[in-house]
Amino acid sequence: MESRQTSALSPAPALVASRPFKLRRNGLPVQIASRIGSGLLVLWAAVTLSFVSVHLAPGDIVSLLIGEQLRTPEIEAAIRAEWGLDEPVLWQYLRYLTRILHGDFGRSYLLQTDVSQLVLSQIVPTLKLTAAALFVAILFAVTSAVLTAGRRIPRSIAGALELTLVSTPSFWLGILLLYLFSFTLKLFPVSGDRSFSALVLPALALGLPLGAVVGQVLRQGLERALEEPFALTVRSWGTSGLVLRLRHGLRHAALPAVTLTGWLVGSLLSGAVITESVFGRPGLGRVTVEAVLGHDMPVVLAVAILSAFTYVMLSTLVDILYLLLDPRLRDEGREAAR
Amino acid sequence: MTTLVDIRNLTIAFPNRLQDNRVVHGIDLTIHEGETVALVGESGSGKSVTARTLIGLSGAVVGASRFEIAGDDVLGFRERDWRRLRGTKIGFVLQDALVSLDPLRRVSQQLADAFGHPGYFVRRDVREDSRALLRSVGIPDPERRLLQYPHQLSGGLRQRALIATAIARQPSLLIADEPTTALDATVQKQILDLLAERKQAGHTLLLISHDLAVVARLADRVLVMKHGQIVEEGPTKQILSKPAHPYTRQLLDAVPSAASRGFRLSPATDQAALPTEAVERRLPLPPKRIDAAQTVLSASGLMKRYGGGAAVVNNVSFDLAAGEALGIVGESGSGKTTVAKIVLGLVEPDSGTVLVDGQPWSHRSEAERQSRRASMQLIAQDALSSFDPRYTVEKIVGESLDTVGVFGSERRRRVIQVLDGVRLGASFLDRYPRELSGGQRQRVAIGRAFAPRPKLLIADEPVSALDVSVQAQVLDLLAELQAASGTALLFISHDLGVIHHLTDRVLVMKDGRVVETGAVETVFAAPKHSYTRALLDAVPALP
Repeated sequence: MESRQTSALSPAPALVASRPFKLRRNGLPVQIASRIGSGLLVLWAAVTLSFVSVHLAPGDIVSLLIGEQLRTPEIEAAIRAEWGLDEPVLWQYLRYLTRILHGDFGRSYLLQTDVSQLVLSQIVPTLKLTAAALFVAILFAVTSAVLTAGRRIPRSIAGALELTLVSTPSFWLGILLLYLFSFTLKLFPVSGDRSFSALVLPALALGLPLGAVVGQVLRQGLERALEEPFALTVRSWGTSGLVLRLRHGLRHAALPAVTLTGWLVGSLLSGAVITESVFGRPGLGRVTVEAVLGHDMPVVLAVAILSAFTYVMLSTLVDILYLLLDPRLRDEGREAAR
Repeated sequence: MTTLVDIRNLTIAFPNRLQDNRVVHGIDLTIHEGETVALVGESGSGKSVTARTLIGLSGAVVGASRFEIAGDDVLGFRERDWRRLRGTKIGFVLQDALVSLDPLRRVSQQLADAFGHPGYFVRRDVREDSRALLRSVGIPDPERRLLQYPHQLSGGLRQRALIATAIARQPSLLIADEPTTALDATVQKQILDLLAERKQAGHTLLLISHDLAVVARLADRVLVMKHGQIVEEGPTKQILSKPAHPYTRQLLDAVPSAASRGFRLSPATDQAALPTEAVERRLPLPPKRIDAAQTVLSASGLMKRYGGGAAVVNNVSFDLAAGEALGIVGESGSGKTTVAKIVLGLVEPDSGTVLVDGQPWSHRSEAERQSRRASMQLIAQDALSSFDPRYTVEKIVGESLDTVGVFGSERRRRVIQVLDGVRLGASFLDRYPRELSGGQRQRVAIGRAFAPRPKLLIADEPVSALDVSVQAQVLDLLAELQAASGTALLFISHDLGVIHHLTDRVLVMKDGRVVETGAVETVFAAPKHSYTRALLDAVPALP
């Protein structure tokens, strides 16, 4: 009897396994606070790492930050002042931390502009695209999983469709969508970011492959849940199959799917680069590519810290979602104390 | 008397392209209102799928010459019609509410589902009804329980909550499929009492079980099922006292108890060769060879607590002689498994010592213990999870021989010898664990444990996941091998019948303490502690 345990939940990969410590005898708020705290710790480490990497990189810091811009005494003096290069390293580090905390990511000498402003102006279209793509992905995944789980023929059709979507590069999907809906049917604009309708095709191009991956995991989870004894109990109450899937099964299936979605949304940022190019959209992706190509270090650093921030946020969000989805995890600390 | 269920010539099949895979071959089943009927048989007999067919959830191809439920001909039923019947005409209870209730939803939400008002927020009148319902199945403080999740309830409360969901819409018939199988004896008794109350109140009940002893007290009529057929049917009293079919006899004999001590529970394997009257009588087990002078295991003053909690094991002491079987009996959470872990050296006691063969065993480094490990073997409850799924049976058994330095062709010879010893034979060498039945797996586990010829065997609930009839074979095998090898046995179980049948001395544990100890006959014949009496009282017994 003692060997009986709740093993319904398979150990989830990295995002959840990264929980660094476990507090005992506590409620949901404390557990959430601890997740947020550990997220902040990771963020601090990322910022520190970016500082260390600038100092450890070969060559002097000034030429690293200038990039391909012409080196003049004025610019050099500005950089020295901004980074406090004449002061001790510890002082420089504290100064760097304070600056980042105030949202000041320095200046791009290549583009002659403040990095924060540059990033802020470009992040909105990217966030719009990512959010729309995520919406498409979830809608596709849930619909496909709920309608086809455990049904032999629909399942293999959906499986084939998902495989096609996953293996189609998103720029190719984008071009196909453009050809069909913009050039031929003239339903949506070809490029730009002026109206809501301009968002539809890029969101589909980016979201459908994502939805296909999540859909497969969701369907598997749903099928596993429908095999569980409780599914029989629920049906014995006279509950319909659809209600069983939506109200009971989906929540069980969501546990692994949430982890995966968290990771994939993080990768959407890099995926957005190509999609943004295909649809001629402004966005963070293009800024990053140009900064890397032009050795524009301040922008690259800002994007690196920003993406660390994104992953930390998503990972914390996934952890919290797990706690909300599965009450058994909330009691984990108490069980361990028993 | 109204007939609730009237089925003639029921066949159930899971056809594929090649075969029709029939699992039930033309059975008749009639249930009258107010009656309690029991369907008894081992796993694979088709009893559970028959029960599921009654609510249209078998997922199989069903045929019958007549199939009526509460006057409706259900043969032409579509899913919509079935849904109207489920919950209102027939309620359904599965075993083990930990997995039979949705673990992610509160009790209140599940009751609302069962009442037919699903939703995240529970309506006030539904909540009112839920509270009354929980009270009616004997759940105290229902307001608190409604807000909890299944895993937060004790096993007994959980099973009561599951029963509550099944009777929410007052069905005319309640089907209980192994309703008490995963439960401790005292909790099992509570659940059976609850079902008995319903029976007293005139409700109709269909019980499904592998254990005749469990249904004996409740059922008016028993149907014995084997290989998809009903081999015997009749009033409970008659089935129990004058079973006509040898299989019924076998099921009755399989129940371990005081009466079965020293005798086999299962018929001899070469049954056909024996004269028929020999099958009627119990065959004796080989005598044990207990060497009281040689103490194999000695534990004194064991203490263990985790974190800041109460002691899980509190001042436990015992000795075990060569060839002797010592039983540790107690319910979930009594600390008996922790004792096993301490003896195995997997958990260090906070204080107290363990001596193996007179030598210190606890508080030693693993390097020091390593060379002596082979003399101590474990049989776990769930054999399947104690095997590497990618190993063949040969490798699984052979692995334990590696530790005593038996390799190559000699190893293979010994493995075959072991497999013959557990009545599986050389044909099982290349099988994988998932290809084996529950009983076969436990045989392999027993073979693996005996293979290195250990001095001490620790068996932690080795038969509690098995059907009575399979359990009977496994217990017989264990008893035979133990008698032949003279191995000392530490046998942990929550089942008093099994302990009484198999062991020589017993420790009764409760909340980490030993409340009573002594020779099995003395302790069980004249229990001194009230807890032992309560445990004994809870054992379902054949009259």
